[in-house]
Amino acid sequence: MNTNFPDIPASPKTTFSARPVTLRINGNPVELNVLPWVSLLDALREYAGLTGTKKGCDHGQCGACTVLCDGERILSCLTLAVMKEGSEITTIEGVAQDGELHPLQKAFIEHDAFQCGYCTPGQICSAIGLLREGKAETRDEVKELMSGNLCRCGANTNIIDAIMDVKNLSAHE
Amino acid sequence: MTLIPSIGQPVSRLEGYQKVTGAAKYAGEYKAPGMLYGYVVNSTVTKGKITRFDTAKAMSLPGVVEVFSHLNRPSVGKFSLQYADMDAPPGSPFRPLQDDEIIYNGQPIGLVVAETFELARYAATLVEVEYATEFFQTDIRPNVNSARSPKIGMATMLKPPPPKPKGDFQKAYDASFAKSEGEFYHSTEHHNPLELFATTTIYEGDGKLTIYDKTQGTVNSQLYVANIFGLKYKNVRVIAPYVGGAFGSALRPQYQLFMSVMAALELKRSVVVTLDRSQMFTFGHRPQTIQTTQFGADADGKVNALHHAAIGETSRFEDYTEVVVNWAHMIYPAENTLMQYKLVELDVFSPLDMRAPGGATGMHPIETTMDDLAYKLKIDPLHLRLINYSENDASLNRPYSSKELMQCYLQGAEKFGWDKRDPEPRSMRHGNKLVGYGMATGIWEANSLPARAEMILTKEGKLQVNSAVTDIGTGTLTVMTQVAADELGLPMEDVIFSYGDSKKPFAPIQGGSFTVSTIGSAIKAAAGSLRKKLFKKAASMKNGMLKGLELEDVVFKNGRIELKTDPLTFVTYQDIIAENNNEPIKALKFSVPNVLKLKKYSRATHSAAFVEVEVDEELGVINVTRAVTAVAAGKIINPKTARSQILGGMVWGISKAIREETITDHRLGKYMNQNLGEYHIPVHADIHELDVIFVEENDDIVNALGTKGVGEIGLVAMPPAIANAIFHATGKRINHLPIHLNDLL
Repeated sequence: MNTNFPDIPASPKTTFSARPVTLRINGNPVELNVLPWVSLLDALREYAGLTGTKKGCDHGQCGACTVLCDGERILSCLTLAVMKEGSEITTIEGVAQDGELHPLQKAFIEHDAFQCGYCTPGQICSAIGLLREGKAETRDEVKELMSGNLCRCGANTNIIDAIMDVKNLSAHE
Repeated sequence: MTLIPSIGQPVSRLEGYQKVTGAAKYAGEYKAPGMLYGYVVNSTVTKGKITRFDTAKAMSLPGVVEVFSHLNRPSVGKFSLQYADMDAPPGSPFRPLQDDEIIYNGQPIGLVVAETFELARYAATLVEVEYATEFFQTDIRPNVNSARSPKIGMATMLKPPPPKPKGDFQKAYDASFAKSEGEFYHSTEHHNPLELFATTTIYEGDGKLTIYDKTQGTVNSQLYVANIFGLKYKNVRVIAPYVGGAFGSALRPQYQLFMSVMAALELKRSVVVTLDRSQMFTFGHRPQTIQTTQFGADADGKVNALHHAAIGETSRFEDYTEVVVNWAHMIYPAENTLMQYKLVELDVFSPLDMRAPGGATGMHPIETTMDDLAYKLKIDPLHLRLINYSENDASLNRPYSSKELMQCYLQGAEKFGWDKRDPEPRSMRHGNKLVGYGMATGIWEANSLPARAEMILTKEGKLQVNSAVTDIGTGTLTVMTQVAADELGLPMEDVIFSYGDSKKPFAPIQGGSFTVSTIGSAIKAAAGSLRKKLFKKAASMKNGMLKGLELEDVVFKNGRIELKTDPLTFVTYQDIIAENNNEPIKALKFSVPNVLKLKKYSRATHSAAFVEVEVDEELGVINVTRAVTAVAAGKIINPKTARSQILGGMVWGISKAIREETITDHRLGKYMNQNLGEYHIPVHADIHELDVIFVEENDDIVNALGTKGVGEIGLVAMPPAIANAIFHATGKRINHLPIHLNDLL
């Protein structure tokens, strides 16, 4: 992990310096020393050593970098780490509790809702956020509100099956 | 209790836990002390020479370590041949940073290496480049007059040229009762796996490298690196346990591998190079292709004349070819045929196999022409296929090793409800939407290649299986574990399949739907050898129950060797290991397809796709609301992962038919939609009911497992089935892909 960064001359007059940022990641306070231009995604992957969150485009177009920030799903590639001082970030590494997989993680395995697995962390984090939002009721609504998460392997129907399973299960509880 | 065989069970992916918890690590996710980050600089012009490459500003930033370009590139890999990989077409492979020549837009021309990713990316914007530009051509359509026959080379062995003409096509076509002809075009497409191409080179010292590469062939990358940089093969280890999708894009080593290794060797530090999404459009692609068809039939619907011609794009430096025009005659036994395939050289990077290369391209014209012919004959499109059904491959005058396409047609039609179709275009409606039903045939080759596999019965009684093969998300780990478990009669929990590592026994590149058959056959061969060794040991045990028996008398099941006629007469594997002084027992085998036997048969998977579309009459919006694909692909080892392969292929078919294309501005020679916002692939809201049927197909010729592969067959029939459904819905025959809403207004 990198801890010492050179200052970056942004222009002849200004210089960027690394500064400490404290995030709560998966329940633990983590202090990172990052320059202001470091995205939350890169802070997680390159500075906090949490590579479960994926980079598919770095432009907010694919959803692979989706994490939960204070319970809401966000695109970590479109967020700077320094903007999230004090926020509670949940990444895919923090979704299972005490070694017990989240129902969505189990449903993804059962429904074969992934092939290469690269979009999977983003799909699962996005689905957790979606279920928490409580906006999507029907299968069509779930499909629509999951459409920010691309899957190139074409596991779409299995992904939606897995989410609907968990959604129906929690509705019956 | 008798163990249930693993083959045929819908087992969930064994690496599922790693993939849903974020523990699965991909090529760009490994760290090493003092690791540097590389960022590639790409050409912004299409053809010409670099006249100035100024790195002063970039190098002045503290933390920037080096900027590589043609000016300071280490003197390695002087000969073109050193860059030839297992999938290299005839020609002279691309050599990164070789000289000042620009031969395509987006060509990598520099690598900035810095202490952090952000710094490398920023510094790359400060590199100043000037060019002397030259005239270029990137559009195939105005250049068809320069089309020529492809060169022959090693890669041609897996990609046979068109079959020789048969009969007198023109005469037969002119005399046909019904004729259909069309001209077809599809634009460039890019694979766009979701994982960005990345290579992490760990600099070990002493000329040794450990490389985490995004690849479909660990050995392929290993040989490529060793050949170019003059390293010993054994000192180059390429590891790729997880590959975030590839679809053909990682069949050849891509330039980030060269860049990462070059920088690591020069700087004597570990270096990771990850491409960005726009750079994912700067290497191989599915080539833009122009096709023409002319099919003729007699009054009974029997096809008697087939002509299919294709002109594909290639680069100026390699002759990339596809099997585009060979399929029609493999399916329909016409007496008169003429098939032609040519290439046009353009100022682009070499095209590269992309899921169902050639098949996905060729089946669209073939099956939409058949659909049009059905309308001209006033015969149901499915019925026309049945009229022209053949058990043999007429193009090569030989039988199929197995062919259950008839069952695909029948079971698919039944499940879909094809009989509810009113043949009249624009006759079916759902509210304000026009509804169309379309169908098409699919075919893909069932190949296998030579490979090696190792099997070790460990002292703990576990079965260790080793292969260099990758698992690109297809389910190789799970399926190979199933095959190995059954071979030795063990539960899957007792089998450890180790893969994705060039140190393991040789495996070819993973693609073309040949991996299960190739690696599965190698495992079967190694298992046969291991069983012999185990039995020999068991039969020689002093007080063993199997003493004096023959191999034919026993079976290997339930973790022991049992007498066929009396399961209570047995020796356990643990006892055998104990007899072997608690040492593991190993078998290593090389398996080669039986070419002499195989050449008497054509080997192929088949499919029938049935599709329902809804088209908004006022807005032209197209939705594929329902699709059924029935597949005959021999033995299905794992119905769960195989179904996912077919579903994935179907989604790719929908994408090819109505979504994805790379758009080129031919005035600039540049791709204009190099991002996932503008390169459209289906989102969840675009994908509706998809159904898969595997029809039973037994094949004891194709290989020892009876498998045929399922990676491409789900794709090939979908684009024509969708185009045919759109015709049925709207009465409009659109022959270019993708079909856009404005085509229907």
